[in-house]
This record gives sequence, structure tokens and C-alpha cells, in this order.
Amino acid sequence: MTASTVVAKKIVKEIKVEIDKCTGCRACEMACSAFHARPRFSSINPARARIRVVVDEINDEYVPIRAGDYTPSECNGRHIYKIGGKEYSECSFCGASCPSRDYFREPDSGLPLKCDMCESIPPLEKPWCVQACLPGALTYIEREETREPRPQEKRAELEGGLESLVNKFGQDALIEALSKMTKGH
Amino acid sequence: MRYSETGFNLEINLTRGSIEKVATDPDTAELYLGGQGSAAKILWDRVKSGTDPFSPDNLLIFSTGLLHGTPVPAANRTVVNTISPQTNLMSHSLFGGFFGPELKYAGYDKIIIRGKAPDLVYLYINNDKVEIRDATHLRGKGTTETGDLLKQELGDYKVQVAAIGLAGENRVFMASIDHNHASAARGVGVIMGDKRLKAIAVRGTKDIHVARPAELFEMTHQMRRKIGESDGCGDWMAVDEDDSFHHNHFAWGNARTRRKDFWSAELQERWTHLKYDHMDRQTGCFNCSKKCRNVINWPGKPRFAYKCFGKDTYHMAAFLELDFSFEILGLAQEYGVDSYSTPQVMAFALELLEAGILKDTDFPDMPADNRGRFFYLLEKIVRREGIGDILADGVSQAAIRIGNGAEAYDHNTTKKFEQLPIKLGKLNPAYFLMIATGEKMSITQIEGSFPQDPLPTREQREAFVNKWEAVPDEKFKQYFLNWEKRNEISDQATCDIVDWNEAMHYIDDSIGLCGFVSSFRGQFGGGVAYHMNNIPQIISLATGLDMSKEKLWKCFQRIRTMVRVVNVKRGLRRMHERPPEDHWAVRNEEFEQKLLDTYYQYKGWNKQGIPTRKTLERLDLEYVADELEELGILKTEDEFAPAQPVAEAATA
Ligand code: SF4
Ligand code: SF4
Ligand code: SF4
Repeated sequence: MTASTVVAKKIVKEIKVEIDKCTGCRACEMACSAFHARPRFSSINPARARIRVVVDEINDEYVPIRAGDYTPSECNGRHIYKIGGKEYSECSFCGASCPSRDYFREPDSGLPLKCDMCESIPPLEKPWCVQACLPGALTYIEREETREPRPQEKRAELEGGLESLVNKFGQDALIEALSKMTKGH
Repeated sequence: MRYSETGFNLEINLTRGSIEKVATDPDTAELYLGGQGSAAKILWDRVKSGTDPFSPDNLLIFSTGLLHGTPVPAANRTVVNTISPQTNLMSHSLFGGFFGPELKYAGYDKIIIRGKAPDLVYLYINNDKVEIRDATHLRGKGTTETGDLLKQELGDYKVQVAAIGLAGENRVFMASIDHNHASAARGVGVIMGDKRLKAIAVRGTKDIHVARPAELFEMTHQMRRKIGESDGCGDWMAVDEDDSFHHNHFAWGNARTRRKDFWSAELQERWTHLKYDHMDRQTGCFNCSKKCRNVINWPGKPRFAYKCFGKDTYHMAAFLELDFSFEILGLAQEYGVDSYSTPQVMAFALELLEAGILKDTDFPDMPADNRGRFFYLLEKIVRREGIGDILADGVSQAAIRIGNGAEAYDHNTTKKFEQLPIKLGKLNPAYFLMIATGEKMSITQIEGSFPQDPLPTREQREAFVNKWEAVPDEKFKQYFLNWEKRNEISDQATCDIVDWNEAMHYIDDSIGLCGFVSSFRGQFGGGVAYHMNNIPQIISLATGLDMSKEKLWKCFQRIRTMVRVVNVKRGLRRMHERPPEDHWAVRNEEFEQKLLDTYYQYKGWNKQGIPTRKTLERLDLEYVADELEELGILKTEDEFAPAQPVAEAATA
């Protein structure tokens, strides 16, 4: 790798969910709705939360899920997942506010809700759902992500790599190998 | 704006099929808080003294607590009150989970149900849309099963359901109302069944406002962490595998046999495996960081969850082991029967059979082994089939119906209600008073703030009191420091302790807090999250009321008195206030009756245990005194002579 390769970094905010640790207490819903109330914390209403806990006590299913994007149409066919002997509908893991359900919509206006990672100024140390989750089913993670190099960077890297191969095997051998690869498969 | 409350009750008349949304009096919270407090007031006002529990005029009231729906952690106990056919007194019952908060979010503080539906119905509450719907398709369905079916039918898994099972439908006195693996026992399921109300399904998406948002949220967030991290809160029995306490000290069978050496390391090892091999997870209640319920998946049986002593009652009544409880509990929970009283009723029946009072012919085709017999009896009771029809009335009333000497086997009830199977040596005076005068029927709903037993050394006692934040008054620290022998404690201390223990339950059951973070838990370690020193501030921040310790104590006294007068109006008198005769081996009638006198005076009650006019007036209940006098219940000749020594009330 040449010194010219630029590795760009950015902070990715994630919430890790461990469903086996979820007790179904819905403190996450309570706290999220309080934080997003105006004035802050002035009212509680889990239906306004940007996280909801899917609970099915008969099947022992406890899945906290954050609100994702709004989708104008519902999906055409859903998967059933079997995990650890239990069957989960794809819906259980889906954070979309879609036309087939009332979830993740403002109860009054019907407008879609989306998790904003508790954006605020100054920023919170951890989002509220994570702070409220004492059983440890939600963990906040800040991860440095190495950004994909831009195309010109990739090209420089490719050329550098090819050069070293030519030096090692000779140009003809390399061309022969490449044409074999493209035909054979 | 009303804070913390919605300001509305739902009034349902099942006979007429009518539904009304009724605004409540804003002053009620200041006087009765909410929950059981305001429900007792409704029962006093609206159920006439002669009303038969099975009359359509009996009310079944589901109450949220004052703090339900706010950020206050572990405020989630829904209270159910009615008049019980088993005791003919006020039923007091609670269940955890999510129902109460959901009802608040739907816009109601209470559901008040009267009348009877012509056939099985369920109530569907979706914010302002409230409907009485046909439930004949749910007949015979299990409690959790009903919840699941309704969620599917309504297309909304966020609906919270409270339902009865077959036992409630068949008006079994031990029937419970179940919700999300939590259950309300002690005489409420039978009335729900009598009203032919199979279930209530609630969904709410409205806001609950609080008076001082930022302060309350900050404070309660710290509480949530404290509760989560503290071993002074929650049900330690969910994880403590050493259960020698119940097995060696509580009585087996029909509350008869002590097996002091039952527990062993080998047993513990085996049972621990049994539990973890079948446990799916631990779950908690709304907005609480604890996980008190163990969810068990037993092969071939419905999933169930247990808490506390609930996992022991069946196998201890049947002289079997934990696997038997695991085997039967899923079924019993779906049928909806109380796991405390039901096994005692079964053991009582088998004792009568052994004694020859009941005959083999009373139990046609009953298996010979205990395991089979308990399953057999469960089926008979929940269906009210054959002998099951008599047993379904509970031990006391069954004994009367059976006659022929059966009454002598009804040895573990007080006020016709099955007590915990505890048989001890020496009398503990505070426990004598709590069991005698308690109206919550189970000692677990009365005891709880002051430790059950003294600690052996002064150093240990000092260490205990030094970190004891929960005491409402410093004198309790002195009582505990100087307490060396269980039965040696002053009458004044005994009265104060009983009063404090009661106070916490009456407050919890009105504001909706769980006893495992408050009223029940302080006796084990002292370090509870909620107590007289912080609850007033929490109420103030949430509701905007100007609550203080003194005012809160007075609320407790008013609510306590209201419950008592509801029962007095229905016939409760001194003669009913007796713990089971064999609760302690060593008894002293004279001492006990003197102590009862002292306590009645301490409470401001007369010789019959009826609040005096002076007491009633002090608590703004003059109209109650008038009515009791008119009915000829409150009489001057029952008053104590003023010269008698009176223990002073803790906080006047
Ligand atoms: S990160 Fe914040 S906005 Fe997103 S679900 Fe959690 S509490 Fe709600
Ligand atoms: S707070 Fe945590 S444990 Fe509770 S429901 Fe949410 S994710 Fe589950
Ligand atoms: S302490 Fe346990 S029983 Fe009480 S509210 Fe919390 S989880 Fe429920």
C-alpha cells in the first residue's frame, strides 16, 4: 500500500440490542417519549417513543426496535425467522413506519416518527433509551468507521498493486492469467 | 391541567350495556391519592351494606395508582376492588405489569363496573373508543391465551389484557384475574366471572402530564438506577437458589407439617438445574429495572411465570418436589386460580378424605398418587364439578357446607380467608396484630417495613440502623436497637411498628407502587427505594399537590379508616379479628386481648374495632360517623373508658 492512500474516519453511533437480556420493562419507551416531549420531560406517552418493544409472552419474544425510515408502501411478503427455536415475524425486527401498522407514528398527527439518536445540544453522553435500560439489553457504541477510499484513491492503489505483480511475474504472464480468469468463470 | 391523573373514570353498566366517561372530583387525590384509596371511598358511597357480592349492584373496580404513567419507576400495580363472596368483605387485590399505565394513557384513572352481562363479553378500550364486545368465542380459554387471542383479533400487540380463565367463568372463589404473567387473587376473579366479563383489553396513546418535569425526571432516573443496582429492592427469591426458608419453616400439606430438615445441598443443586434448564428469561413490570418473574417453559405445558413463594405452594401442599409445581403451574395459571389459597384447599380436601369425613365416592376416578390427585382436584375445582363445586368456595365455606366435623380442618383461615401456612412457636406481638386486624387478608400485604426478627448483636443492629433511610421517625431506630428477643417488645413499639407497616401498603396501593421496591421489602435489609421521607416529594413533583409527610400520613389514616368502615358496615367486628388458633404454639388469650385493646385505642377505634366519631371527624369523615350511627353500628357504649392507658399515635 502506498503512502498516498487516504483513510477517512467518521464516528458511527450504534445501539447494540441483546434480546436475551430484554425484560420487556419498556423503560426505554417511557424515557424516549419523555425526552421528545415539549417542554422536555413534561409528558409521558410510550406511543410517541421512537423505540418500541415487541412483546409476545406466549412465544417468549422480546424485541426492542428503533424507528427507522418512513416507507410509503408495505412490503410484499414477509419472512419468518426461526432463531433459537422461536419463530419471529420479519415485522418484529422492522423499524419502518409503514402503511400496514399504526406504530411509529405521532398519535395525533399520524406523522412518521424516526429515532434521532436523542440529538441535542450539548450532545448527551448516551441516548435516553440506553440510559433507561438497566437490564443491559441496549448498549450505546461509538465506533470509528474507516471510510471507503474515493475512486481516484482506489485507482492509485490498483496501479500500485499491478506494478508490483508485473515486477514479480512479468507482464506477459500477468496478461495470460487475467484472460484465463475472465473466460473460465 | 390535571397532572399525573387523567381526571376521568369509565363507568360501565354491563346489564344495560352502557358506557360513560365521567369527570372526577379534583379534590379526591388530595384526600385519597388514587388506587385503592379512592376505590374504597366509591365502595362506601355506592355499595349498600346489605348488597350480596353476587348482586348486580356489587361493583368491580380497576384502579390505576396516582403515579401510574409518570416516569416514577415501578409504579405499575393495578388495584382491583370489589366485595368478596368468600369473606363478604372488601376484596383487595393487585397485579403488576402494564395494565394500569396503559389505562392512564387511554385517558382513564379507573374502570368502575356494575351490572351483569347476559353472556360472556369483553371490554375493549382504545382511547376514546370503548366497546362491550361479545366474548363467547373466548369461553373456556386460558388467561394468557385470551390475551394472545385478543391481541390477534384486535391486530395490535400493544393492547394490554386482563382476563379470567375457566375458574373465574365458573365463579370459583379462588379465581384470579391475570395479565401478562401477573395475577390478582383474593376474591376478584370470581366477581369478574359473575359479571360475565371475560377480559378487558386496553390500548392508550395519550399523554400523561407531570407538574415539575425536569426535577421529576432527574430524580426518578436516579431512583431507577438505584433500584436496578440495589439488592434492597426487587424479589431476591428470583435468583436466590437457597429456598430453605420456605421449605424448612413453612408448613406443608394443609398447613400442618413442618419439615425442618428438608433442605439440603443436593436438593439445591438439583432444583437449580431444574430451574435453569427450563427458564426462558426473567421479566419485569412497566418502567422497572428489576426482573422478578422467572418465565418457565415446561415441556407439554403452557409457559408460565412465577414470583416469590408462588413456586413452592403446590409442591408443599402435595408433599412433592419443585418439578411438580413447574408441571402444574402453567395449567393453573391458564385456568386462573390463586396459587396461594388453591393448593391449601386441595390439601384440605385430601385431609378430609383421610379423616373419613369425605369418602372415596366423593372423588370418583381419582388417581392414587398425590401428583395425580392434585391435577384431578384442579380440574374438578375450576369446573365446579362434583366435590369441586364445594371446594371452589374456599376452605372456610367448604368446611361449613361439608359439615360433619369438617370445620375443625379449617384451621388456617382468618376472616374466612386462607392464610400463609406459617406455624410458629412463640408469639410475635406485631404479627398478632397484623394478622388479627389486617384487612388485606394476606400477611404479605400487611407486613414489610420493620424487620421480622431482631439481629443477634448490638453491632449488627447499629450497622443496620445507621443506613436505615426509610424510617418515618427516629424512634424506630431505637426500637430496633433495643430489640433482642422476638416476643419482648413494648406495646407502644408494637403499635407503632404495625401502623408503619400498614401505612406503607396503604400508600403503595393508592399511588401504584410495587411492594418489592417499597412496602414489603424493607423488612429484609432495610434499603428500599421508596419511603415516607421521599414519597411526599415525588407526589408533589408529579401531581403539583403540596404533599408533606404529615399530610401523606393523614391520607394513609383516612384510606385505612375508609377500608375499615366499608367492612364494618358489612359486619366486621372484634370477634373476627383472630389469627389462626395454631399460628403460634404458645398463646396467651389475656395478653392478646389486652394488646388488641391497646391497638384499637391507638388507632382511635372503639372496643369493637370501629373508628370512633372523634377519629372519623379528625379525618374529615363526619358523614361516615353519621351513617354508622344511623345504622346503629357506632354506639357510645362500645367506647373505651377514657382513663385507660392509650399508646400514642406515631404521627397524629
Ligand atoms: S436513541 Fe433516543 S430517539 Fe432513538 S430510540 Fe433511543 S431514546 Fe429514542
Ligand atoms: S429498557 Fe431495555 S430491558 Fe426494558 S424493554 Fe427496553 S430494551 Fe428491554
Ligand atoms: S420490583 Fe419486580 S415485581 Fe416490582 S415492579 Fe419491579 S419488576 Fe415488577
